[in-house]
Amino acid sequence: MLRFLLSRFALLVPTFIGVSIVAFAFVRLLPGDPILLLAGERGMSAERYAQLQELYGFDKPIVVQYLIYLKDVLTGDLGTSIVTKRPVFDEFLVLFPATIELAVCAILLATVVGVTVGVIAAVRRGSWFDQGFMGVALVGYSMPIFWWGLLLIIFFSGMLQWTPVSGRISLLYYFPPVTGFMLIDSLLSGQEGAFRSALSHLILPTIVLGTIPLAVIARQTRSAMLEVLGEDYVRTARAKGLGPMRVVGLHALRNALIPVVTTIGLQVGVLLAGAILTETIFSWPGIGKWMVDSVSKRDYAVVQGGLLLIAGVIMLVNLLVDLLYGLVNPRIRH
Amino acid sequence: MRKTLTSTLALTALFTGFAMTAEAKTLVYCSEGSPEGFDPALYTAGTTFDASSKPVYNRLVEFKRGTTEVIPGLAESWEVSDDGTEYTFTLREGVVLHSSDTFTPTRTLNADDVIFSFERQLDPENPFHAYVEGASWEYFNGMSMPDLIKSIDKVDDMTVTFVLNRAEAPFLANLAMDFASILSKEYADGLAAGGSASDLNQKPIGTGPFRFVAYQPDAVIRYQAHADYWDGKQPIDDLVFAITTDASVRQQKLTAGECHVMPYPNPADVASLKGNADLQVMEQQGLNVGYLAYNTQQAPCDDSRVRKALNMAINKEAILDAVFQGAGQVAINPIPPTMWSYNDAIEDDPYDPEAAKKLLADAGVSDLSMKVWAMPVQRPYNPNARRMAELIQADFDAIGVKAEVVSYEWGEYLERSKATDRDGAVLLGWTGDNGDPDNFLAVLLGCDAVGGANRAQWCNEEFEDLIQKAKVGTQDERAALYEEAQVVFKREAPWATIAHSIVHMPMRANVEGYVMDPLGGHWFDGVDLVE
Repeated sequence: MLRFLLSRFALLVPTFIGVSIVAFAFVRLLPGDPILLLAGERGMSAERYAQLQELYGFDKPIVVQYLIYLKDVLTGDLGTSIVTKRPVFDEFLVLFPATIELAVCAILLATVVGVTVGVIAAVRRGSWFDQGFMGVALVGYSMPIFWWGLLLIIFFSGMLQWTPVSGRISLLYYFPPVTGFMLIDSLLSGQEGAFRSALSHLILPTIVLGTIPLAVIARQTRSAMLEVLGEDYVRTARAKGLGPMRVVGLHALRNALIPVVTTIGLQVGVLLAGAILTETIFSWPGIGKWMVDSVSKRDYAVVQGGLLLIAGVIMLVNLLVDLLYGLVNPRIRH
Repeated sequence: MRKTLTSTLALTALFTGFAMTAEAKTLVYCSEGSPEGFDPALYTAGTTFDASSKPVYNRLVEFKRGTTEVIPGLAESWEVSDDGTEYTFTLREGVVLHSSDTFTPTRTLNADDVIFSFERQLDPENPFHAYVEGASWEYFNGMSMPDLIKSIDKVDDMTVTFVLNRAEAPFLANLAMDFASILSKEYADGLAAGGSASDLNQKPIGTGPFRFVAYQPDAVIRYQAHADYWDGKQPIDDLVFAITTDASVRQQKLTAGECHVMPYPNPADVASLKGNADLQVMEQQGLNVGYLAYNTQQAPCDDSRVRKALNMAINKEAILDAVFQGAGQVAINPIPPTMWSYNDAIEDDPYDPEAAKKLLADAGVSDLSMKVWAMPVQRPYNPNARRMAELIQADFDAIGVKAEVVSYEWGEYLERSKATDRDGAVLLGWTGDNGDPDNFLAVLLGCDAVGGANRAQWCNEEFEDLIQKAKVGTQDERAALYEEAQVVFKREAPWATIAHSIVHMPMRANVEGYVMDPLGGHWFDGVDLVE
């Protein structure tokens, strides 16, 4: 097991360097010059432009810029945003918990509902439930997030007034962040109603962000279950006289979950991509919106640093999924 | 589940200590984006100024709310030397600076604060010149202040003199701009001594109507009315910016009562907002202009008859309907009608394709084909440049001119359009900085700006002479010169002036005292909430 862990960690190193090159090159390949964008319609003299190039280090050869960047990254310095003049890592730390909180809620919703619906659909294959829900899942999978989000806001917040329109908590509550996770901080604050407010603000964004993963997980669970339910050992279990709950819950589901766990792991990337739109619609102060803004302003340091950090998170999650495999499938225990 | 603002206000007091009394009045502004920081001199974005310079700081002089007239601010009075190169300001006595958890001022505002606020931008040796990485003082440099200011001298504790290298009438208006906000030297020195200089940009201390309380990035900014404000305490107690980037979501929040004021509604939604009895929609002409700049150095657009002919081919009313959806007005002059010295005797080139064809034939131009550049971004002066370019393309086609629409990435667009040998006419625009006509006419059409912001590459001796003369003198004298300059502009037609935008500001019906800023800023001093 230790050897497996070490080999996986060793693999992270070249991946990380690869990501750093891609992130560095990606933002520079985009047409557009951050300094010119900073100046806008006003423009600036050639002399001033040269001064700023030197100030930001853009006057050096590209390879030298990369090496300086790599050295800084290895010493824990992700650079400073050209736009806000603040360290990239500081900005990331403030915004990341919001994204994590939303992503965790979305994946929980997607997993619990997706697996349940998938199992029922497989067990009652061909029933109205199966056909109805799998049809809905297909629609969910194809839903444009932006439109879906606005639709929910107009219906639940605008017409029914059940949920707040946007934000993380009512402006009524104010407490300095401790963990950055609003659900936890609202409990720690001891303010009555704060937790409920934070929870109500999470409902719509969670549904919007969770919709696509939910659809994917439900369909994956259904097909994995169908496969497993046709296996000999399931028939044997049934023949043995085990109750349907035990057969499905213990024997079938455990084996069907293996591909589902992979799917859930893969959804992390989907979630972070979906977070960009979801965060924009719901004014959710996370890293998705931060990255989009920085790309449009060609804020090199933020795009590079942000991509690297996000890639790091995805790599870690994939590692965890690999480890989880062992738990659900003893045959590939390392 | 949804809490209304009414209950919010009373409960805020109970829970947070943020408001001092149970009847605290809290105004919530659904702002369109996050500030880049809170030291206005470091940035150029209006969103940043709305959250920093406007609530938290004051300047030596201010724009009278709703106008571009310069009035006393932290300076009670000022004198200008006869040759126009020395400005001596007498500061207001007893101006109390904000306090915070970490800072309590030991003195009121004085000349040291004023000198510090400018020296840090001017002097590379000043310890605060590079207090955050990448500080470039872009506005200060963009307004040519380093070339203009010779020295800033302390006459006594309450008197400061700015000595200039040359006379420059717009200088006073420049001092009312956001980058000229006055900070606390005592606070800055304390931060530097404690090794946390960058807090100057994160936890601002100023003299303004509101005290900064807290900022949760991309989410909420909280302010509290400054109890000892020199111009009296504000009618509201707390001011909250709820950052909401999407215009449709802002609108939902406003109609649901989650905020009181929102900027930048979708043009298509303005009608329905106006129809809502719970809301009021204010509107004002923006201090901007959208234009099509010909390259006057390249044939055949070096001939003013050709430029006139093209101007007469453009159906501006159709553009206003399609691109501005009513939120605009036809531009006749290069400066907006709300600006002093606007010449309203000038008539626009009529929309007359037949006359345009004839004028082209007179100029000996046939089978003309040209490029029309469309900006890739949305701007108040041009919400959809691609659509505008297509309409112009069709208009040109009607007089037999083949136009090709081109576009580039924004930075590239700005850079390439500066070239004097550029091919084609460029769609662009400008939003005023300080309400001075010089800020439009010299910046965009002066000979010095050829190869730069003068996208028409137009250097006309007669025009240049007038705008140079207008850099000094009284406002009346200057206005007469600018009015004449606009006549020359219209005759020579370096641009097709297209439109000035109209800005809408929806708010709850109980918001009172909000005044729209012609310069596009959002101010909350003097605003009240009534039952």
